[in-house]
Amino acid sequence: MRAWAWACALLALLGSAAVAEPLPDGRRSGLEFMGESTQAMQRDDALNPGMLWVLEGEAVWSQPVGADGRSCAGCHGAARQAMRGVAARYPAFDTALQRPIDLRQRIASCRQKLQPQAITPGDAPQALALEAYVAFQSRGLPITPPADPRLEPARDRGRRLFHQRLGQLDLACSDCHEAHAGRRLGGSPIPQAHPTGYPIYRLEWQGLGSLQRRLRACLSGVRAEPFAWGAAEWLELELFLAWRARGMPLESPAVRP
Amino acid sequence: MARTLITAPSGARRGETVTLRVLLQHPMESGYRVGADGRLLPRDIVRRFSCSWNGERVVAVELFPAIAANPYLEFSALALDSGTLDFVWEGDHGFQHREQRTISVT
Repeated sequence: MRAWAWACALLALLGSAAVAEPLPDGRRSGLEFMGESTQAMQRDDALNPGMLWVLEGEAVWSQPVGADGRSCAGCHGAARQAMRGVAARYPAFDTALQRPIDLRQRIASCRQKLQPQAITPGDAPQALALEAYVAFQSRGLPITPPADPRLEPARDRGRRLFHQRLGQLDLACSDCHEAHAGRRLGGSPIPQAHPTGYPIYRLEWQGLGSLQRRLRACLSGVRAEPFAWGAAEWLELELFLAWRARGMPLESPAVRP
Repeated sequence: MARTLITAPSGARRGETVTLRVLLQHPMESGYRVGADGRLLPRDIVRRFSCSWNGERVVAVELFPAIAANPYLEFSALALDSGTLDFVWEGDHGFQHREQRTISVT
């Protein structure tokens, strides 16, 4: 009986250690910096409000659009198989456009073939829901940026941007998220800025939002003027961040304060 | 149409206490915030939630502007008979959303 209790306690300990253990090189998901209640909210799908957008995306996936009445499911079939691992590979290089694109732009260009429409800047509800649904299919899979040499110049620009001081506060991304990660800024923990859970549900936003929206908030935080919606700089930063978080598991839809 | 996530067991033993969890997609706009144009955003909240089991009220909840968007509620009920669970949300501007789940009690 006692031995059993010990074994159970040990297993429980091991279980919790497996969750909180940083990766061998010290990289940690933002989830580990969050409070217990926020972590619980993300881990339980019945509690995670991001799942509402996943559900909506699932409906959009099979909803016919355009004159031909085709849908995402009409070409791709079940997202569970077809979209598994896709979100982990983006941003990627688009041969037709001759530039890197992120998952949002990939979905938008695909849907434009079905129904020609202007791509709305910012977080359009339907695009966000689809992105959440596609990203959800890669949950738990490691981030694997493509080894494409054509991505290198943009990724390098992203790396420079990450280390470039900006705004009235004259701070670079790296000043907080590398030099002071794990410490606190105005009571809030500073994570290492790995984009593992996008699109994320932020309690502050009371809704789901994209990585670009989050980066905008950081830029206005250092009192810099954010780049325009859809500007190349965002994508360069996203490319660098994905490379920096390579191998870390995707956890979309994540919950953050 | 509002989206909901309902976690309810499909079966239970008679006399068992079952946990029911509901999450509703709703902005819960408090009526105290201003929009981008500087004008007050009109209040748009869920006012009431209720759940009944075969028509018998299990829980009734009043919600207020201080409750965050996408309200989540968790409550329990005593399983006595097989039947239908009725979840109803009502709110401002004639908002009403209804979901049903069946549960078999053995």
